[in-house]
Amino acid sequence: MRNSPPRKNRFSAYLGNHLRVSFASLGRLYVQPVATLMTAAVIAIALALPMGLYIALDNVGQLSSGWDGSTQISLFLHTEVKTREAQKLMQRLQKHKAIKKVEFIDKDKGLEQFKEISGFGDALKHLDSNPLPIVLVVHPKMTTNQPDRTSQLVKELGKNKLVELAQLDVQWVKRLYTFLDIANRSIWVISSMLAIAVLLIVGNTIRLDIQNRCEEIEVSKLIGASDAFIRRPFLYTGIWYGLIGGVLAWIITQISLLLMEDPIHRLALLYHSDFRLSGLGAGLTLLLILFSCSLGLVGSWIAVRRHLKEIEPS
Amino acid sequence: MIHFDNISKRYPGGHDALSRINLRLAKGQMAFLTGHSGAGKSTLLKLIAMIERPTRGQIFLDGVNLNNISNRKIPYIRRNIGIIFQNHHLLYDRPVFDNVAMPLIIQGYRRQEIHKRVRAALNQVGLLNKEKSDPITLSGGEQQRIGIARAIVHKPLLLLADEPTGNLDPELSREIMQLFARFNQVGTTVLIASHDLDLIKQMGAPAISLHNGQVEHNGLPYTAGTPVSR
Ligand SMILES: Nc1ncnc2c1ncn2[C@@H]1O[C@H](COP(=O)(O)OP(=O)(O)OP(=O)(O)O)[C@@H](O)[C@H]1O
Ligand SMILES: [Mg+2]
Repeated sequence: MRNSPPRKNRFSAYLGNHLRVSFASLGRLYVQPVATLMTAAVIAIALALPMGLYIALDNVGQLSSGWDGSTQISLFLHTEVKTREAQKLMQRLQKHKAIKKVEFIDKDKGLEQFKEISGFGDALKHLDSNPLPIVLVVHPKMTTNQPDRTSQLVKELGKNKLVELAQLDVQWVKRLYTFLDIANRSIWVISSMLAIAVLLIVGNTIRLDIQNRCEEIEVSKLIGASDAFIRRPFLYTGIWYGLIGGVLAWIITQISLLLMEDPIHRLALLYHSDFRLSGLGAGLTLLLILFSCSLGLVGSWIAVRRHLKEIEPS
Repeated sequence: MIHFDNISKRYPGGHDALSRINLRLAKGQMAFLTGHSGAGKSTLLKLIAMIERPTRGQIFLDGVNLNNISNRKIPYIRRNIGIIFQNHHLLYDRPVFDNVAMPLIIQGYRRQEIHKRVRAALNQVGLLNKEKSDPITLSGGEQQRIGIARAIVHKPLLLLADEPTGNLDPELSREIMQLFARFNQVGTTVLIASHDLDLIKQMGAPAISLHNGQVEHNGLPYTAGTPVSR
C-alpha cells in the first residue's frame, strides 16, 4: 500500500515540522503563564542553588590562593641556643633557595610581642627570667605557593638540631583547602540530587500534559501519527521548560551576586585586598543554559516513554 | 482489498467477539456490516484498523498480512485508512480547519497542499464556510461531517465507518450515506457498520450480517482471491 504525500524536499519539510512544533509548544506554555512560570521557577531555584554555591566556592578558592604567599614558618629554637649561633643559622637560611627572608626575634622582643598580644603583661612582669626561646620567622619564596612544598620546607627546617619546633603559622590555609575540597565534592552531590529533582519536576509536568491531551494523542494515533510525531511536542515542551528555568536561574544567580558584591568588596578592603566577586562568565552561562535544556529534554523523554504507550485508541 | 482468513478474536475477559470469520471485500467495493448489538461489528473494524489484534487467523489488507506488521509500523498502515466513529472524536481546542488538516500534517504535506486538500474535503462534505468555526459550535450532523472530511482528506484507499449515523435524524443519515457512496464512486473501498436496516436497503450496497461473532449472511459478490504477498 503506497499512498505517500508528494514531498519535493523531505528535509525542509522535516525542519519545517520541527520549527512549527517547537513554536506550537511554546505557544501552549505562553497561554498558561502562571503554571509555566511556577514550574520554571522550581527548576530555576533547583539550578540556582548549586550554581550559587559553586560561584561562592570558586571565589573563596581564588581569594585564598593569594594567602598562601603570606605563609610564615616560625622556628622556635632550643632555649639554650645563644644569639650568635642563632644569627649564624639565620644567615645560612637566608641563602636557602626556597626562602625569601628570615626575621630574627630575640628573647626580649619576643617577650614584648607576647605581652602585647596576650594581655598577660602584668603577670609576666613577675617572671625573674625570660622563658621564651629565640624565634626565627621564615618567609618562604612566593613561588613555593603549593601547600605541599611549604610543608616540605617546614619538615626540613624542623630537622635542624638548633630548632626545637618548626611551625607553619597558617595551618588554617591548609585546613581551608581541605574544607574547600569537601565543599566541592558536596556541591557535586547536591547538584546531582537537584538535577534529579529537576528531572522529576519536568517529568511530572509533562505527564500531566500528556493526560490533558489524551484525546488528541488518541486521535493522532488513529489517523496514523508515528510515535516520533506524537512525542515531539512534549519533548519540545520539556526543552522550553529547561530553557526558561535556565534563564531564570541565571537571573536569580546574577541578582544574588549583585546583592553580595558590595559587602564582600568592603570585607575584602578590610583585608587590604581589592578582591572582587567574579560572577557567571559567558562560558558558565552557556553551560548552565545547555544543562538545564538537556535536563528538560531528558525529563520529558522519561515521561513520554512511560506514558504515551498507555494511551491507545480503543 | 480486505481479506479475513479464519479470524477469531477473544477479548482478555475470555469473551469470543468474533469466531472463524472469512471475508473478502474487493477493491472499490462498498459494503455494510450489520448485526445486533454485541455481534462484533466494531471489533471487526478495529481488527482492520489494527486497534485490536486477532487471536487467531490472518487479515490481509491490500495484500499485506497485518500479522507481519509490528506495532511501530501500524501508523503507516493507518495512513491508508480513513476511520469514522459514531463519536466523531473531533478536537475542540482547535478550529475545524485544523481538525481536518491533522492527517496531512502528520504525513508531512506542504502548507499549500494542506490548504488545497482541506478546502476540497470540506467542500465535499458541504461545510467549506465553517473552516474557521470551533467544532463545538456546530450541530451533531455538521460535526459528523467534519469527522468524515478528516477521514477522507488524505484520500485513503479504504474508508471504515462505525455507526456514522448513530445519533442523526433519518434525513441527515441518508445524506451522510450518500456522501460515502460518492467517495465509493471515485474508487474508495468503503465498509460501514450500521444497524439501520432501512437505510442500508435504500443504499443498495451489499451487507454482511454478523450474529454472535459469526457471519450469518454474506451478501458480498464473490471475488477471486486478491493476490497475497508475504
Ligand atoms: N475491549 C473489550 N474487552 C472485552 N470485551 C469486549 C471489548 N470490546 C468489545 N467486547 C465484547 O465483544 C463483543 C462484541 O463487541 P462489539 O463492540 O464488536 O459489538 P458491536 O457489534 O459493535 O455492538 P454495538 O452495535 O453495540 O456497537 C461484545 O460482547 C462486547 O462486550
Ligand atoms: Mg459497535
